[in-house]
Amino acid sequence: MTTLARSAVSRGITPGRVGLVAMLIAAYGLVPFVGSDYVLDALLTPFLALALAALGLNLLTGYAGLVSLGSSAFLAVGAYAAFNCNVRLQELPLLASIVAAGLVAAAVGIVFGLPSLRLRGFYLAVSTLAAQFFVQWALTKFGWFSNNNPSGVIDAPALTLSGLTFSSAVGRYVVSLTVVVVATLLAARLLRSQVGRNFIALRDHEIAAKVIGVPLLRTKLLAFGVSSFLIGIAGVLWAFAYLRTVEPAGFNLDRSFEILFIIIIGGPASIRGAFLGAAFMVVLPLLLSRLGAALLGDVFDSGVLEMSQRIVIGALIAGILIAEPRGLISLVDRLADRIRHRLSRPLRNPTQP
Amino acid sequence: MLISKSLRTAALAAAIAFGAALPVHADEQFFPLQSYRVGPYAAGGTGFFGGFIDYLNLINIRDGGVNGVKLTWEEGETQYEVERGLEVYERLKNHPGVAAWNPLSVGIAYAMIDRITKDKVPLITINHGRTDSTDGRVFPYVFPLLLNPYSETSGIVNYIASREGGADKLKGKKIVVLYHGSPYGKETIPIYKLLADKYGFSLEQIEVPHPGNEQQSQWLSIRRAKPDYVVLRGWGVMNPVALKTAQKVGFPIDHIIGNVWSNSEEDVIPAGEAAKGYVAITTQASGAEFPVLQEIIKTVYGAGKGNLDDKKRIGSVYHNLGIVNGILNVEAIRIAQQKFGKRTLTGDEVRWGFEHLQLDPTRVQALGAKGLFHSINVTWDNHEGDGRVTFQQWDGTKWKAVSDWIAPDWAFLRPIIEKSAAAYAAEHNIKVRTSDDTALSQ
Repeated sequence: MTTLARSAVSRGITPGRVGLVAMLIAAYGLVPFVGSDYVLDALLTPFLALALAALGLNLLTGYAGLVSLGSSAFLAVGAYAAFNCNVRLQELPLLASIVAAGLVAAAVGIVFGLPSLRLRGFYLAVSTLAAQFFVQWALTKFGWFSNNNPSGVIDAPALTLSGLTFSSAVGRYVVSLTVVVVATLLAARLLRSQVGRNFIALRDHEIAAKVIGVPLLRTKLLAFGVSSFLIGIAGVLWAFAYLRTVEPAGFNLDRSFEILFIIIIGGPASIRGAFLGAAFMVVLPLLLSRLGAALLGDVFDSGVLEMSQRIVIGALIAGILIAEPRGLISLVDRLADRIRHRLSRPLRNPTQP
Repeated sequence: MLISKSLRTAALAAAIAFGAALPVHADEQFFPLQSYRVGPYAAGGTGFFGGFIDYLNLINIRDGGVNGVKLTWEEGETQYEVERGLEVYERLKNHPGVAAWNPLSVGIAYAMIDRITKDKVPLITINHGRTDSTDGRVFPYVFPLLLNPYSETSGIVNYIASREGGADKLKGKKIVVLYHGSPYGKETIPIYKLLADKYGFSLEQIEVPHPGNEQQSQWLSIRRAKPDYVVLRGWGVMNPVALKTAQKVGFPIDHIIGNVWSNSEEDVIPAGEAAKGYVAITTQASGAEFPVLQEIIKTVYGAGKGNLDDKKRIGSVYHNLGIVNGILNVEAIRIAQQKFGKRTLTGDEVRWGFEHLQLDPTRVQALGAKGLFHSINVTWDNHEGDGRVTFQQWDGTKWKAVSDWIAPDWAFLRPIIEKSAAAYAAEHNIKVRTSDDTALSQ
């Protein structure tokens, strides 16, 4: 074991993989059996959907350095595209609807990514607001998108994959988990390829990237496309597995900010950071609010508790970012390094000076 | 990686521990409250849930509960957001003795329909909600009590007709509907068109994009259109802005008719002088002179258990709506208890109670609510219960009733509702109920 670890080319990969496999085993083998409906439906399913959305935005913002405030619009595009595939092409299996929704979101993302060819930083962020407002407006304005439902609210169909219907909390969780795992592995693979390195080159120095031959136009649009694809799929999970009903107003600017905050807090340019950030933003407020209600529920009404919980979360965010501007993931890595260092010191000292 | 895992495990463990720590009580009926006391719609949330809780408190303090069954509740903050509402739903749904859900939010209600139908617990959407859920044959657990959006529309048109001197006088008149650019605002577009065809008035429907704090161009088009009436189908900040802008373009304020979500003190007070003379529809009168309000002031606020921080809001539109909602919930339990016994009821038994919630004006008077609301007559296939509406005018300090209790044109609306419900049933493979069967309770 120790020789293996020491001979590994890059330190940390092996324990990381072990951790990943252990987590997957727990997520598939343990959580569905011990998690209550509340944990699965109200905590884990939205966590998975938002983590995937954050991963999508992380490709764009964390890796390629293009700031976007339109994430929520792409969630909406994904959700409505899957709904329309489902209603209008009934023989299409759900899996195909999900992929198609991702592709539609990618197409919309590429269109709204065009300004990135000329704009950077804050200016680009502001121009992506256009996506946010345009998509919400179009979904409200044209009844076709919601199948002419007078109120514009759509009901998601049951999750049916190859004849099996996943209508329980466990079923919805397992479907979401599987989609997120597959999408995450694909994203991780992409980031290790030339495309991923182009993203980073683009982020670190655009002119230098151009000089060494990174095709700027293609890389930028690809970043928007892939990012929106993942966010679109997250939108399907959000609509079909979590809320099971969707209205355009649910995809507002607040949600875009939430996803942006997830990657800032979790750690930009890190896949694990997206998950950690999503856990922080989705699960922690709920735990805090439950804790507050259990301890002080008799003294204050829910409005006061809600406000104080926001203050606590705000303070935590500020504290974390001061302690570690590169996000929770750096904090965690540093901690893990220290522990590993301490554990391995007696072994390593003789061989490593 | 390992640490992030243990963090998540700890979070999970904590959540499970919290979820499991539910108290067990005998003979209590529980109301899970998806309230909103912060956020943009807090004015409506605090008033409505304040009134609801005040009435539940009154029943507990004055009567010792409903036939000895104590009423309990727990609030979860939703901020009017669907996600938060569903979280509260998942958190509280396993509490023993859940009577009914009352989210006061169209979005949350829509998201809960298939969930509560599976759980067999009633969902009450007083004065709002999905219009076709009026059809109890298709939506056995959903109750848009007193007034659904279509009845509201019909009530408003009937009121305009009565001001003009009869339905035949509507011919050739012009009505503009100024609606909020949201699912809620758009829900009545088709029914206004139908009524315009029926009565022969000309109609223009103008959208105000959310949130509606800029309406100059809409009111300029209204001035060009020169309508006889403007119906304000607003929400939140859109309402005072509409009234102020109307004054600026010189549209007569008493020819603007507000719908049921544009009828509160919170809508008119910010508009100041511009709101004087504004008329709005309501299902419950405002004011604190009704006996039930007086008892709440004496018994509940006297004991220091009142829910409103600002006592000036006692008897306001939202507070009274909450009290009426409390009356309807409590009476449904009382009616169900007569059939099933004086004990904690299941959600399905409470559903039976709501389906037999028939309060005639005499019973309403006995409840101390004469004049607060008219009557309700819910049946297994009519979940709205034929609520009457009245119109109130703002005199600068308070609302004053300016009409009798008016009946919407239910016979005209019913076939439209049934058609829509039938489409829903087909889409969701729902077996349409054919009679008042208690077989549902199995």
